[in-house]
Amino acid sequence: MKAYDNVKIARQLARPTALDFINHCFEGFTELHGDRLFADDNAVVGGLAWFEGIPVTVIGIQKGKDTAENIKRNFGCAHPEGYRKALRLMKQAEKFRRPVICFVNTSGAYCGVGAEERGQGEAIAKNLFELSRLKTPIISIIIGEGGSGGALALATADRVWMLENSVYAVLSPEGFASILWKDSSRAEEAADIMKITAKDLYELGVIEKVIDEVPGGAHIDFEFTANLVKHNLETEIPALMALSPEELVEQRYKRFRGFGEYNE
Amino acid sequence: MALFNKSKYLPLGLNIFRKKDDIVINKAVESHETEADEEAKTEEAVVSVKCRGCGKEITKTEAGRYKICPRCGKYFRLGARERIYITADRGSFTEFDAGMSAANPLGFPDYEEKIADMQKKTGIKDAVVTGKCTIGGQECVIGAMDSSFIMASMGSVVGEKLARAFEYAIAHKLPVVIFAASGGARMQEGIISLMQMSKTSAAAAKHSDAGGLYISVLTDPTTGGVTASFAMLGDIIIAEPKALVGFAGRRVIEGTIKQKLPDDFQTAEFQLEHGFVDIIVKREDMKDKLAELIRLHYGKGGGEQ
Repeated sequence: MKAYDNVKIARQLARPTALDFINHCFEGFTELHGDRLFADDNAVVGGLAWFEGIPVTVIGIQKGKDTAENIKRNFGCAHPEGYRKALRLMKQAEKFRRPVICFVNTSGAYCGVGAEERGQGEAIAKNLFELSRLKTPIISIIIGEGGSGGALALATADRVWMLENSVYAVLSPEGFASILWKDSSRAEEAADIMKITAKDLYELGVIEKVIDEVPGGAHIDFEFTANLVKHNLETEIPALMALSPEELVEQRYKRFRGFGEYNE
Repeated sequence: MALFNKSKYLPLGLNIFRKKDDIVINKAVESHETEADEEAKTEEAVVSVKCRGCGKEITKTEAGRYKICPRCGKYFRLGARERIYITADRGSFTEFDAGMSAANPLGFPDYEEKIADMQKKTGIKDAVVTGKCTIGGQECVIGAMDSSFIMASMGSVVGEKLARAFEYAIAHKLPVVIFAASGGARMQEGIISLMQMSKTSAAAAKHSDAGGLYISVLTDPTTGGVTASFAMLGDIIIAEPKALVGFAGRRVIEGTIKQKLPDDFQTAEFQLEHGFVDIIVKREDMKDKLAELIRLHYGKGGGEQ
């Protein structure tokens, strides 16, 4: 299987969404809205739920299942208010010492006039800054596309997992090919050298876990993958909750501090 | 959620995109440690370049110490060493990690050759120079990015040098001043480049938690992953006049909205108006302003120049 085949699966309209996972893995999801600053961004969903009797905060970047829903969700491309809503909910989770579980599925942060006027760069930067020192556990799962800074804003976490066919990259293979070779049609070739698959990123040490899907993709047997997500959370949430806030933040700092290769 | 005023954004008919990129007036490395004075450099001023503001040929001497077009006031982009030269007090700068150079984490084809070529052309090892210095007598950690090095894209070296700069500042209780400039992520380092955003932001947060002052200076151009990480995280954010500052590329947005953006979109002035920049400071006033701001926080008396 070529890397671009994963890209195609990750982008399928039938791909399970953040809300699919939230509804399957958690009990009694109460959605909370708005960033308290400007608006409620429908590309980001978040709120409270129960996980095995523990209150948790769950947040996801939500794509639509059809065109109408995709328009409502802005195709899973968040505006600054989406990232600010996510941060608000995470700060709330910190206050009440609830673990945060994020489901990431976005081709990237929205590129538009309003997004620039309201500080897309600042919104993402502030999330990276605050998440790096949030005193409560954060687990992020890339369930489809993990598009650049727009994904990282919800994935500066203690544990980052990916579904087997999801992809996580600094930009789309099309964009990559277009920048480096001025030819977006060379996306398949770009996908191969970019190292964007779950397997590649696991080998690079960027993620901690790859969650299996049945052949063809998670949409074919959603329960299979969703149950695996749930089982993994069952062990990981208590393990992270056992750490002191200081240990947690120090380990998260080291996790990101360690990325990079250079010669001295 | 298209909240922009339509009349401000002209229809994208003629596809008049921005002119091809800026020129860097002087790629020569000016080590301020030699303390060569301006006059002594007159011999070098044989090179003239076209100002992209007014199109006139400008010699290095005419552009002067601050590299500003004497005819139209356009700022030329400064290299990292030029920036430190006009900012740090003479002889005060000590460079950190001067030998650090890019590896090839993804095994990207021809990346080593590209780096070697850029190092030869620019005289620096990667897109940021960091160190410590005094500015108007005020001790600080300084970083300056250099857009002549692969558009100052952020790869492992930029991320590591900046993280170390913040950590040095924490250990020595110093403020940090970073002159940002960047086209965004270092494509050839893929996901590892993306991780530098979290790494530098985490280091900035740690410095902040330790009570340190961080002044971010946005220079032309500050975009992409650098805007979406440490550049937007200063306690105080300064921008140079007319600098391009934004997240998404202009062409990407124009492609999305199918309209041409006005010239002042994503400028320093635009960011000031929208609340993302504290002050716009002219290049010739920058050093004094930085010294004053540091003095306001660290309370150490007046300073020499």
